[in-house]
Amino acid sequence: MTSELDIFVGNTTLIDEDVYRLWLDGYSVTDAVALRVRSGILEQTGATAAVLQSDTMDHYRTFHMLERLLHAPPKLLHQLIFQIPPSRQALLIERYYAFDEAFVREVLGKKLSKGTKKDLDDISTKTGITLKSCRRQMESCSVAQAGVQWRDLSSLQPPPPGFRDYAAIVFFANNRFETGKKKLQYLSFGDFAFCAELMIQNWTLGAVDSQMDDMDMDLDKEFLQDLKELKVLVADKDLLDLHKSLVCTALRGKLGVFSEMEANFKNLSRGLVNVAAKLTHNKDVRDLFVDLVEKFVEPCRSDHWPLSDVRFFLNQYSASVHSLDGFRHQALWDRYMGTLRGCLLRLYHD
Amino acid sequence: MPGKLKVKIVAGRHLPVMDRASDLTDAFVEVKFGNTTFKTDVYLKSLNPQWNSEWFKFEVDDEDLQDEPLQITVLDHDTYSANDAIGKVYIDIDPLLYSEAATVISGWFPIYDTIHGIRGEINVVVKVDLFNDLNRFRQSSCGVKFFCTTSIPKCYRAVIIHGFVEELVVNEDPEYQWIDRIRTPRASNEARQRLISLMSGELQRKIGLKVLEMRGNAVVGYLQCFDLEGESGLVVRAIGTACTLDKLSSPAAFLPACNSPSKEMKEIPFNEDPNPNTHSSGPSTPLKNQTYSFSPSKSYSRQSSSSDTDLSLTPKTGMGSGSAGKEGGPFKALLRQQTQSALEQREFPFFTLTAFPPGFLVHVGGVVSARSVKLLDRIHNPDEPETRDAWWAEIRQEIKSHAKALGCHAVVGYSESTSICEEVCILSASGTAAVLNPRFLQDGTVEGCLEQRLEENLPTRCGFCHIPYDELNMPFPAHLTYCYNCRKQKVPDVLFTTIDLPTDATVIGKGCLIQARLCRLKKKAQAEANATAISNLLPFMEYEVHTQLMNKLKLKGMNALFGLRIQITVGENMLMGLASATGVYLAALPTPGGIQIAGKTPNDGSYEQHISHMQKKINDTIAKNKELYEINPPEISEEIIGSPIPEPRQRSRLLRSQSESSDEVTELDLSHGKKDAFVLEIDDTDAMEDVHSLLTDVPPPSGFYSCNTEIMPGINNWTSEIQMFTSVRVIRLSSLNLTNQALNKNFNDLCENLLKSLYFKLRSMIPCCLCHVNFTVSLPEDELIQVTVTAVAITFDKNQALQTTKTPVEKSLQRASTDNEELLQFPLELCSDSLPSHPFPPAKEHLESASSNSGIPAAQRDRCSSWIELIKLKAQTIRRGSIKTTMTVEKASPVGDGNFRNRSAPPCANSTVGVVKMTPLSFIPGAKITKYLGIINMFFIRETTSLREEGGVSGFLHAFIAEVFAMVRAHVAALGGNAVVSYIMKQCVFMENPNKNQAQCLINVSGDAVVFVRESDLEVVSSQQPTTNCQSSCTEGEVTT
Repeated sequence: MTSELDIFVGNTTLIDEDVYRLWLDGYSVTDAVALRVRSGILEQTGATAAVLQSDTMDHYRTFHMLERLLHAPPKLLHQLIFQIPPSRQALLIERYYAFDEAFVREVLGKKLSKGTKKDLDDISTKTGITLKSCRRQMESCSVAQAGVQWRDLSSLQPPPPGFRDYAAIVFFANNRFETGKKKLQYLSFGDFAFCAELMIQNWTLGAVDSQMDDMDMDLDKEFLQDLKELKVLVADKDLLDLHKSLVCTALRGKLGVFSEMEANFKNLSRGLVNVAAKLTHNKDVRDLFVDLVEKFVEPCRSDHWPLSDVRFFLNQYSASVHSLDGFRHQALWDRYMGTLRGCLLRLYHD
Repeated sequence: MPGKLKVKIVAGRHLPVMDRASDLTDAFVEVKFGNTTFKTDVYLKSLNPQWNSEWFKFEVDDEDLQDEPLQITVLDHDTYSANDAIGKVYIDIDPLLYSEAATVISGWFPIYDTIHGIRGEINVVVKVDLFNDLNRFRQSSCGVKFFCTTSIPKCYRAVIIHGFVEELVVNEDPEYQWIDRIRTPRASNEARQRLISLMSGELQRKIGLKVLEMRGNAVVGYLQCFDLEGESGLVVRAIGTACTLDKLSSPAAFLPACNSPSKEMKEIPFNEDPNPNTHSSGPSTPLKNQTYSFSPSKSYSRQSSSSDTDLSLTPKTGMGSGSAGKEGGPFKALLRQQTQSALEQREFPFFTLTAFPPGFLVHVGGVVSARSVKLLDRIHNPDEPETRDAWWAEIRQEIKSHAKALGCHAVVGYSESTSICEEVCILSASGTAAVLNPRFLQDGTVEGCLEQRLEENLPTRCGFCHIPYDELNMPFPAHLTYCYNCRKQKVPDVLFTTIDLPTDATVIGKGCLIQARLCRLKKKAQAEANATAISNLLPFMEYEVHTQLMNKLKLKGMNALFGLRIQITVGENMLMGLASATGVYLAALPTPGGIQIAGKTPNDGSYEQHISHMQKKINDTIAKNKELYEINPPEISEEIIGSPIPEPRQRSRLLRSQSESSDEVTELDLSHGKKDAFVLEIDDTDAMEDVHSLLTDVPPPSGFYSCNTEIMPGINNWTSEIQMFTSVRVIRLSSLNLTNQALNKNFNDLCENLLKSLYFKLRSMIPCCLCHVNFTVSLPEDELIQVTVTAVAITFDKNQALQTTKTPVEKSLQRASTDNEELLQFPLELCSDSLPSHPFPPAKEHLESASSNSGIPAAQRDRCSSWIELIKLKAQTIRRGSIKTTMTVEKASPVGDGNFRNRSAPPCANSTVGVVKMTPLSFIPGAKITKYLGIINMFFIRETTSLREEGGVSGFLHAFIAEVFAMVRAHVAALGGNAVVSYIMKQCVFMENPNKNQAQCLINVSGDAVVFVRESDLEVVSSQQPTTNCQSSCTEGEVTT
């Protein structure tokens, strides 16, 4: 006796959250059944393994049919085939678009096209996330990037919790920031997402013009052009010296690593300002994080600056510029340094 | 021109991409009715076209309006080649033809293609302007209402129940026409869909005409089926019960209405009408009239003293009529005479109803069924389907004579079915022989006031169990005892019926689903020989199915079956029998004896031991089941009952033994005790298998109950969550081990596993009950068995049980006490024994009330079909409102309280999709049906040539059934409804050819589209506008607003 066909269709579509999670995690039916058996469900319900198998298959089939709709969430709301209560719909979407940080860390800053099978294979082996799940996450990233229609969802419910993170992913992908270099490996997705949020808030077109969609994912080109003007801070020797003396006076006695700071000031300042000046070129924008780590984080770290000292220094460093009489780009400096200070503080850890 | 049909195509959405180059579609729509076609403009390059067309107007005969479906085809415009069809929508405009149903059909319909499934949606508005046509010779029957519901629909009352209507139409099946060889599968499927739709319309119209002839205005329990006879054609047949229905005024306004003078006028002549049941009570018209209108309690109490079949033990003083035991004979004769005169004009006194207005059913004889095996031949002249008509007439005649043999003149719960394999066809009909109250059947004599019936039903609540046949001249061997309720009339030891449990029946404990499953191999044969082989097998199948049912019933410790449905399916090389029913313990019937096993070779020691071991197991199971289903019948001393009349039984030897007390003892005391044990003789391994299979049925997990009737006996506190589902399983038998036993085991496992799966899937709804569990078996191929189950899971509140049961009780108690002491007495005497069965012993002052309650029908409030019950309901809700204030606050929250599932407003076309509930039951728990919008009867074909790509057979069928649900919901929503009741999947024919990567499936579903309002919403209304009438029906001083 073999089962040829075995289905269950409810007027209200049954969604089992646990099975949904297993499906999203890319487990095969057999693995999912094994995992469910381990969870002790058979003892709780007195069911048999065959029942569990049939149930799992059935849920998988439903999810498979739903997946087409999940790719365009507004469709899920208007479709007639599956009668699903709104709370369940929201859950489906939310869970579907949730991602593993480990996975996202890998693809951050890369093109969000489907990714070659080999790429995904590599990520899968590296992170231990199943290939299926990798593929889904890659796809949802590209859905997020491409359509972004599903933001209409906000009319129905608050934006999904993962939404900010998706903004970061798309922002990184659009600007193709380099995040994969070895020296950046110590940074987590959270670090990057934090920086992305600051940058989206301050450095994009939407940041200056409220008329623009505030989710605009492109950096303000004009602003980047203007950043060249900051070069004067390091190019003009007098200005640089004045800046240094202002910072040193203010921080004398307050910094544990004062001597190291004094010795390194010019290098650090040059690094920070040059990063700004280089942002005109797309290629250099990509290397932003590499530059920041190379030019600032690493030197400080090698001198064993404590985080509090870095904060003191960066605050003083940006504030002192206001006292430089010969410098006219105060607003520009604030917009640049305000964001950068936040980012650097977040990036400064082991 | 009696009608103008107007159609407007508004918009489309989610259309498929038809042009690969642009990833867009240039869509337009063809609207076709009859032979007229209109087209919209082409809406270029969009997947969400906005046509906003003008009104397309069709001027048509109402005959066509009834027959033809509106056909909407969405196409992709192609300049150079032929336009590609995207899909179609068929809209049955019948619901627009009754005055009080839907006025407009408007909404999003899934665009359906038989090859690709649903491909986007289209928004359509349809209206009909009907002109009055007084032509007496017209061919149409517009205005006759159709209901699938097998009881009187909730917001109507039956004035007259006329009786059986049937019709069948035949045609050639397009799939088997020569043209099918050259046309595409799509064209062939569409031709079939259209033809069946057309035939259904024609059939409905013809039935409607018959109803008009009988002077009825509605068909209740309408069941339409189609037989795919293959080469020999396509038969669409329908049966139903013609009625004259009166719409009850809307629940909000019913109270003033029932008090209106016109109503009183109607009732007066009725009360004066000679009444065989109450003839002895002195007529006092004005008083009675008032009684009916205001206080049902009075009528109850009065009737309790004067009815013939009184329930109380002690004869009452001042009672006009003698007890039925003495008067039984003449009374019965009188009744029969009256009824016969009413029924005699009718060819077939059949009723497709399974639940009846109170008092309608007088006695129930038992199940009658007839089967016949026919050889199909080509239908030569579709206009004269005489052969098929003759076949059915023959079977009905047989049913009628069976009923007569049981001393009954009518058959209720009647249904017909077929099973076809190649050119052999088994026609089956079954029903329950019954004696009916003639007053419902006589034309013109009665204004059919239900309140009158209501009062009758109470005293006779064991009446339907009493035998209608003459005990000295019994049609079959049976054990008769005196009724355990009234102790005056004879009752059988077990009762099998095809109807629902009458609401007024007294049941002890809960019921459960009981199934008998059976397979029999047969040799492959051709034509004549095949038919003979099948005919020879049938009686044995019937017998074994019956035995199995009986054994299982005894094993459950119960004594009656309701909703019995025996399905016999014929395949190439086997016959399958599946019987489903709901077992209950009727208080009026004797306690069932246990099952006794007898071995053939008593000398063999180990064998003996084995037998006794089995016996112990059986006894344990019975004991366990009694506990599980809370069956604690009251102990009744033997003297009262009188001695049973022993009769020999086929295959079972009568042994005297004690039944209940034998739970612990393995050796039965055979010397004393009056009840018989059912004996199973184990004479070979076959019998051993049978016993084993008896014991393999596992009860549902705790928190689950199941039944195949509308409501579960013993559960009455339903909460509002319902989940209707369809589950399909197909297994392939390995051809090597095809023996009867292996086959039986496979089939048994299949059904058991299916049930287990259901319990597992629905575990989140616990505590819940699977109601109306409907199994269908088919044998699509040699080694395939397909089982389809449709049922609804309804949650109930375990903890609330006490409160809800108390409410009606208090009421009846108070009602009685304000009036008359008599009422109070009889339930006390009758039922105080059953008190221990109550899970939570109520407080002392409610002692009497709780016990009297066990006599109040379980889900009465859901099934109420008369205004008087509405009053009761209202009274109840108001009382609730005043007593449990905190609860009311919760319950009375307005409609839009964010709980989407509870939205009761008809869904709006443009907002997000509204929820449409579907249920095979005739009611929705916790809600009132306020309007019937019309019948839904849909037929779909789905075919694929890329089976693997669609997820194999499971993926294909899963998607298709989901689509069918979606289309039903969309049609209901477009009618302005929010639920489908009495939903049934009548056919699910699945054929596959995995080698060719192909599969095809046909599904036929039907139901009644309705609008329902949550009871909690009604409550708000009622507590806001209390009327004086309302208060008068409530208990004093309880009403506060």
